[in-house]
Amino acid sequence: MDAKRRDFLKMAGLSALAGLTAPAAVHMLVNKGPFQANAATAAPVGEAGEGGHEAAPATGVRLGMVIDIKKFGENQELARQCIEACHSIHNVPDYGNAKDEIKWIWTEDYEHAFTDQSQYKRNTTLHELPIMTLCNHCDNPPCVRACPTQATFKSKKTGAVLMDYHRCIGCRFCMAACPYGARSFNWRDPRGKDAKGQPFIKHLNADFPTRTRGVVEKCNFCAERLAVGKQPACVEACGDTGALVFGDLNDPSSPISKVLAENFTIQRNAALGTKPSLFYII
Amino acid sequence: MIEKALSGSNRYWAWIIFLLAIMGVGGMFYVQQWNYGLGITGMSRDVSWGVYISQFTFLVGVAAGGLMLVLPYYLHNYKVFGRITILGEFMAIAAVSMCLMFIIADLGQPTRALNVLIHPTPHSMLFWDMIVLNGYLFLNVVGGWGVLHAQYKGLKYATWLKWIVYLSIPWAISIHTVTAFLYCGLPGRHFWLTAILAPRFLASAFAAGPALLLFIALIMKRTTKFDVGQEATSKLVTIIGYAALINFFFVACEMFVAYYSQIPGHMHTLDYLFWGLEGKDNLVPWMRFSVFGGAIGIALLFLARARKTEVGIMVACALIFVSLWIDKGLGLVLGGFVPSPLERVTEYYPSLPEIGITMGIWSAGFLILTILYKVAIEVKLEKEA
Ligand code: SF4
Ligand code: SF4
Repeated sequence: MDAKRRDFLKMAGLSALAGLTAPAAVHMLVNKGPFQANAATAAPVGEAGEGGHEAAPATGVRLGMVIDIKKFGENQELARQCIEACHSIHNVPDYGNAKDEIKWIWTEDYEHAFTDQSQYKRNTTLHELPIMTLCNHCDNPPCVRACPTQATFKSKKTGAVLMDYHRCIGCRFCMAACPYGARSFNWRDPRGKDAKGQPFIKHLNADFPTRTRGVVEKCNFCAERLAVGKQPACVEACGDTGALVFGDLNDPSSPISKVLAENFTIQRNAALGTKPSLFYII
Repeated sequence: MIEKALSGSNRYWAWIIFLLAIMGVGGMFYVQQWNYGLGITGMSRDVSWGVYISQFTFLVGVAAGGLMLVLPYYLHNYKVFGRITILGEFMAIAAVSMCLMFIIADLGQPTRALNVLIHPTPHSMLFWDMIVLNGYLFLNVVGGWGVLHAQYKGLKYATWLKWIVYLSIPWAISIHTVTAFLYCGLPGRHFWLTAILAPRFLASAFAAGPALLLFIALIMKRTTKFDVGQEATSKLVTIIGYAALINFFFVACEMFVAYYSQIPGHMHTLDYLFWGLEGKDNLVPWMRFSVFGGAIGIALLFLARARKTEVGIMVACALIFVSLWIDKGLGLVLGGFVPSPLERVTEYYPSLPEIGITMGIWSAGFLILTILYKVAIEVKLEKEA
């Protein structure tokens, strides 16, 4: 109980920090105006893509997540709950086909999530586990480097990789650049309806913007929820299972830092130098 | 000078109307795409670029290929190319125009295209590509048109025009280098992640561009009084042949690295392109034709020159052009997406509207080319007479 309260307080502190970015985040998510109109609080236009080859400086916040694969194995419902929570809150449309598919968070099998790992004689249980996959919020993100408009950028305040849907021109360079298949494109109008008159967005969440067709989207680490002191939707959906641990990687006393210090974790395709902020306990 | 394009034979007008008709069909399909979104194409989450971007990539090469005419004439004073240099420059104009149209066709939000200028982003290769492509278009319009116009007026062209043309030479290299950099700097796309991509792009450009040019020039020899001349033809054959050989040498180098190192990521796409992967093999016949057609084309090219058969040279040029179009206009871009970073094999088939728009843009390019060439050869013939 105590530990949980402590966690909560830390999360609240973190949220307060994230709250500093609230004007920028809200501005980005809600307003249609150009980004730099709010230069004082706007995210790092012009500095996106920096970071080079050195390790991240341990200053400022770098949000990250630990995903405990075993916990998702023990409770097979959990993954579905996470996906449902995220996709419904963020108005992610469901077209019911793979070609138009948009997803922010989804499950893969081990083989496809960890393509750089040997699959030879892997224990069978591992192969059956659902692996939660989402944007890695890379510290050295190739998608940000590729984007010609800075519609995809790294938040200076939290290190999360965010998007400005009003600036994106839909060139899809970022999709070619992302080595994790984390990005989806709006091939058609997500606000539309299918042949039977069913809307693609089942339950519209009026608090979060829907996207237009022709722009790219992906997980935003729930920037809009952090801004008002909430946890990311998927983390909340996991409750106190500890299946997802979220927090500041640069804070040595944060719960996520503790989990990382105590467990063996791996990252997806770390050899590419993208510095993912997602870690998996296998 | 443009009035030269406004009078012509019935055959000329029939060709123009034919091109306009295809453009009209393409335009109708584009309206559909505009209303529905890019979902009307065959592209998907896994294969997120299709024929638009692959045509764009190939045509950057055709545009850069004009260099092979401009460079010998202006830098080495190779007089024989005097009559056809303008064809190279005008081909570059048509090709870059098509490139820009293909980019616009591929954008999800075309009305926001100017965001690339409003928010300049030097770390994005697409930003640089836009600069070099528009710059190259500008240089060729000013240089090509200016020099021809001076000739039309019976004057020597101004010295500053010469500097524009000089500048266009390294610029031609830059457009294809930067276009290669769009691809070869992306982590996680093993097929593209190769330092030889830019050199390979250039080699195939220097074969494909002149091959198309020589083919058209030989057609014009039959339909108009414009003759490139024996010596220029022969020199072009040398250029096309060697450039195509170098391109295939580079392809062979890629094959060696992949299959000798046995690194799976390096082999996967080549497997998919030439043998099929996980039972998916829709590009295999094309890619094999590219290799064999290209090899036969090169052999035929030199043989036809030795035998002095013009038809042979034309067939060879067509074979080489098609071979390189498949190699770069299909295999290179589409192959890079298979398998996906998660090692899933998703195949791509262009949809009917997508093909219609693609053909419409090609027709628009040929319309520009036809008009420019009409003006060029009439001026040349008039002044030489
Ligand atoms: S996972 Fe992909 S989309 Fe997310 S930050 Fe990394 S490169 Fe960008
Ligand atoms: S699709 Fe949008 S976010 Fe992606 S690179 Fe292009 S402009 Fe940037």
